[in-house]
Amino acid sequence: MPDRNDLPAPPRPRKPRRWGRATVIGIPQIWLLAFLLAPFFILLKISVSETDALGIGFDPLVSYVNDVLQVHIRFSAYLALVRDSLYIVTYLSSLWYALLTTVLCLVIGYPFAYFIARARPTVRPGLLMLVMLPFWTSFLIRIYAWKNLLDINGLINQALLWVGIIHHPLRMMFTEFSFMIGMVYGYIPFMILPLYATLVKLDHRLEEAAADLGATPLKTFWLVTVPLSRSGIVAGSLLVFIPAVGEYVIPELLAGPSTLNIGRVMWNEFFLNLDWQRASAVAIVMIVLILLPIAVFNRYQTRSLESAR
Amino acid sequence: MKKSAVLPLTWMILVYLFLYLPIVVLVVYSFNDSRMVTIWGGWTLKWYGAVVHDQEVISGLILSLKVALATATTSVLLGTLAAFALVRYRRFFGKGLLNFMINIPLVMPTVVIALALLMFFVTVQKALGFPQKGFFTIFIGHTVMAISYAAVVIQSRLKEMDRSIEEAAMDLGARPFQVFMLVTLPTISQALVSAWLLAFSLSLDEVVISAFLSGPGSTTLPVVIFSRARLGLSPTINVVGAITVYLVIIAVAVSSLLMARRERLRAKQAAQALRLDGEPPPSHEFGVGLLTAEGR
Repeated sequence: MPDRNDLPAPPRPRKPRRWGRATVIGIPQIWLLAFLLAPFFILLKISVSETDALGIGFDPLVSYVNDVLQVHIRFSAYLALVRDSLYIVTYLSSLWYALLTTVLCLVIGYPFAYFIARARPTVRPGLLMLVMLPFWTSFLIRIYAWKNLLDINGLINQALLWVGIIHHPLRMMFTEFSFMIGMVYGYIPFMILPLYATLVKLDHRLEEAAADLGATPLKTFWLVTVPLSRSGIVAGSLLVFIPAVGEYVIPELLAGPSTLNIGRVMWNEFFLNLDWQRASAVAIVMIVLILLPIAVFNRYQTRSLESAR
Repeated sequence: MKKSAVLPLTWMILVYLFLYLPIVVLVVYSFNDSRMVTIWGGWTLKWYGAVVHDQEVISGLILSLKVALATATTSVLLGTLAAFALVRYRRFFGKGLLNFMINIPLVMPTVVIALALLMFFVTVQKALGFPQKGFFTIFIGHTVMAISYAAVVIQSRLKEMDRSIEEAAMDLGARPFQVFMLVTLPTISQALVSAWLLAFSLSLDEVVISAFLSGPGSTTLPVVIFSRARLGLSPTINVVGAITVYLVIIAVAVSSLLMARRERLRAKQAAQALRLDGEPPPSHEFGVGLLTAEGR
């Protein structure tokens, strides 16, 4: 079959090639502008707009009445967030639980990643695989599965009663305890994997050298191992902390109603109170809360890269 | 010597126990013949039968699979374009913006993305009369999220790819599009497959975006499960969970068998190649990819 592809390419004008390039850039760009950026602008718009007279829509932000250009921007949804201490407390509580989750994941995950990295090279892939494996099953169902264990009639209570450690079942579900179990369970692989990646590259001889020079194991750990694995600690902590702030499913399934969580507040404003402006304002503040630390981190990182150069 | 191995071993066993206990308990309870989910009443398969006839679960599963197929395919197509643009074009108008938008879904809570998309669709629907909430809106929502993950996977593969093969093709007269189709795509094909699988599983498991964007009568399986799980323990969820565990076990077994077979094949071909010309076999992936493709 005579194939055009076999012929050497004739000299081509420059324009068609630019077209290919424009398509490659344009298609994802337009898609993301339409379905990612535009929704965020609409969210911002609704958070500052006024409900129309019928109560089913929103007045336009800008109108032109009697030769006067009118701009209607309403900040009452944001003012409500500041006035009602519930929201501030909820933001703080979300940040606090995310921090607690991060610390717990680090404390449990660091030794674990370290021991895997120090295991025989032949067993390491298997050990890592065992960490990843549960996370190919449904996240939702794995979180739900804890209910079977933590329920008042659940397996843990039954086992403790049977052994005789307790005489009345413990109330574990819908407490901070069940909430943190679920959060650590959901997020610990995001801590273990980056930690492992840095720890496995760490030169074991540096630790040996420290020991030879008289450092105790604890001192070696704090002064050699931890500083050398800092990049893994930072990456793992960010990977846990950032999604943990806005987590909705885990608190909804495992935490009690008294555990304040910003994702749940937003959900309730929208689905229960049907207050779209306030739900949007809560979301906008959350976006700012999440993007700010990332921007600061990025700046810090580029600066440290520049100073390294 | 022995004392130093006790702590690591205990720690690892405890963490693995933490990771696996809920899953094992879930599977065992899925066979529990008792109305009370956590009180053991003997073995039964009746909940499995109930799930098969659970119309809500079945139609949720069908919609979930449809959405996941559409999402994975679209995400890989768009993710490849975005990754290619970001890695290969040094400078273009809006590069910073594209990079920013690709990274947003990786850090933004899904509740926020879901709320923004719902407001967007409601606004568009009011102006244009479509789209209705359902397959289309869920698909768009999932794709917005999954593109980012697909693009990250493909980007890292494109970055580490050996560009000299592309340059050779270009020197031999191939046009950019031909180079892309005949050299670049086959080279990154493995990354495309893993990006597709990642997007597929993300979509299949997604609950928050689906809950916001699904309409009456069209909910995905995770939304069905979530609404039941909120009410309390339910034997049907245990069964659905147990079935996903079986599927994962089968998938892992099949893929490790395939991997072992390919490894053996590769070793055999390497040995043959060594015998033929007394030189080490081509070591980089492109050559090996061609070899295995011919070997099949």
